[in-house]
Amino acid sequence: MRTRLMSLIALAATLALTLHISAQAPKPAAKPYTAPRTPDGHPDLQGMYDLATLTPVERPAGAKAALTDEEAAKLERNVATQVEVRGRDITGERTAPPKGGDGSTGAAGGVGGYNNFWLDPGSSYTVVNGEKRTSLVIDPPDGRVPQMTAAARQRALARFVRPTSDATESRDVGLEPAGSYDNPEQRPLGERCLLGFGSTSGPPVLPTYFYNNLHQIVQTKDYVMILTEMVHDARIIRMNSQHLPKTIRKWMGDSIGHWEGETLVVETTNFTDKTRFRSASEDMRVTERFTRVAPNALLYRFTIDDPATWERPWTAEYTWPLTNDHIYEYACHESNYALENILRGARRREADAAQKKEE
Amino acid sequence: MKSAVVLFLTLTTIALAAQTPAPYRAPRAPDGKPDLNGIWQAMNEANYDIEMHMARPAMALRPGPYGPLPAAAVLRLGAVGAVPPGVGVVEGGSLPYKPEALAKRKENQENWLTADPEIKCYLPGVPRTTYMGHPFQIFQSSSAIFIAYQYAGAVRNFHLKDPGPPPADSWMGQSVAKWEGETLVVDVKGFNDQTWFDRAGNFHSDKLHVVERYTRTGPDIITYEATIDDPEVFTRPWKMSMPLYRRQEKNAQLMDFKCVEFVEELMFGQWRKKPLER
Repeated sequence: MRTRLMSLIALAATLALTLHISAQAPKPAAKPYTAPRTPDGHPDLQGMYDLATLTPVERPAGAKAALTDEEAAKLERNVATQVEVRGRDITGERTAPPKGGDGSTGAAGGVGGYNNFWLDPGSSYTVVNGEKRTSLVIDPPDGRVPQMTAAARQRALARFVRPTSDATESRDVGLEPAGSYDNPEQRPLGERCLLGFGSTSGPPVLPTYFYNNLHQIVQTKDYVMILTEMVHDARIIRMNSQHLPKTIRKWMGDSIGHWEGETLVVETTNFTDKTRFRSASEDMRVTERFTRVAPNALLYRFTIDDPATWERPWTAEYTWPLTNDHIYEYACHESNYALENILRGARRREADAAQKKEE
Repeated sequence: MKSAVVLFLTLTTIALAAQTPAPYRAPRAPDGKPDLNGIWQAMNEANYDIEMHMARPAMALRPGPYGPLPAAAVLRLGAVGAVPPGVGVVEGGSLPYKPEALAKRKENQENWLTADPEIKCYLPGVPRTTYMGHPFQIFQSSSAIFIAYQYAGAVRNFHLKDPGPPPADSWMGQSVAKWEGETLVVDVKGFNDQTWFDRAGNFHSDKLHVVERYTRTGPDIITYEATIDDPEVFTRPWKMSMPLYRRQEKNAQLMDFKCVEFVEELMFGQWRKKPLER
């Protein structure tokens, strides 16, 4: 996680530097691509997709919407170098981290964790309409998620100790609000193995910027199934069907699909109040649009509509490239010793503090 | 004369057909393969005990003055916690355990409350995932076959092209499928030794090799067979079989059963800042 944060900071800085370069001229619109068909005549979206990308959800402050090929290539080379350096074998001379950690932050911080060998945060910027994008958000045009309403901010604050579906696995010591270790329900959903972190299952489906970014689509006449690598979450989209009653809530919401020409359109509602993507209300509505734009890629676009949280709907998009990789089993809960030890650690710390007070 | 022979042959054919009905031919998917798409569920007591068994007072037992009684930990469930009887799904009756493995099963039964992976909502493995008492959905297209199980949100992708040996052991194994006429044959290996066959402590090692056969034998039935080979635990391969039924509800669908959340209190509750009564 430290790597990820540092990469993003580096990215933001570099983007700010490239600000002065004039915006790249949009490429002329090419003839729309017609996807291969399934037997029932609809575009065939099936396959394995790798969603890893360097493009962040929100555009770094002051950056322009797209990079030139040269700018992107330079940034991508920098990332590749960092990945190579941080992925090198650990030498035998390395000593144990100091007691209490080395002061670094993030999931891999403090006492050291994953090096880059284990990570797959992405190596290139997402390309949409020939543009190398600097944010997934395209509307508002500044590439930033709109401000939350005052009521939503109040609500989010009141529930700060219940992490949302876009949360990373762990926040840093000192950054976590008081009481964050009191109950398992106060730990991030990823740490509890309930959903993958970073809204990877969605909807909306986001890159994790960390690892395990594969998603598999299987499509039949009546269903589209999207498998998310973490935590083997299969979202089953019922075609041309009705939503469940409002009393039935689902971790990934209730998804209904229909075809609009080349595009699969999926409407999702009925979220649980435990998912809360970016502190959204449980009445959030997500509209996703899946369009094959090339033999080896689809364009994924989503619009978030939740007046209880954001003053206006907002939209993001990025390209899902096909891959020949396989998804291997992501059994998370089955070996989740961490959650127990995190809570035990907190109780131990409290016991130690209480004893110290007595002495 | 000629017509009499034809008539005789026709009658004979009809008579023979009546004796041995033609095997069921499943509706076809667009690619000509039998169509397994749908929401299916086993309707049996196999998850309690795959062998033929009588009803029992509870899944966890302790000795009583006149025979076994529910263990203290499950006492309050009363009749809800009893084990329903079942005719079993194992062909040829009992399982061919090696003597030392039989002892291990007994130990599993005695420690059921802490040992059965289902109690902790762990992935159920194969074939147990088929008869967990929850529906599952088969997605079959011309390029993929995939099963989503309601229980624990378990999933299996059937490789239609053999990707080679499984790179690591896993809970649900690696499945490679091929069609043999009317039957989808799925070769499953690469298992760990953590899953069981049922709540009765029947188990396997990481040498487990399962061959499943899915055959449509009626408009709403799949006949399911699984051949189990595990030379570390059993003296010979053995087979289980059962019908799988199509869920008939107009709005049949898989719903959320993320039991990971439901076992947090059991597994981690004692580490709350203010533990609840346990």
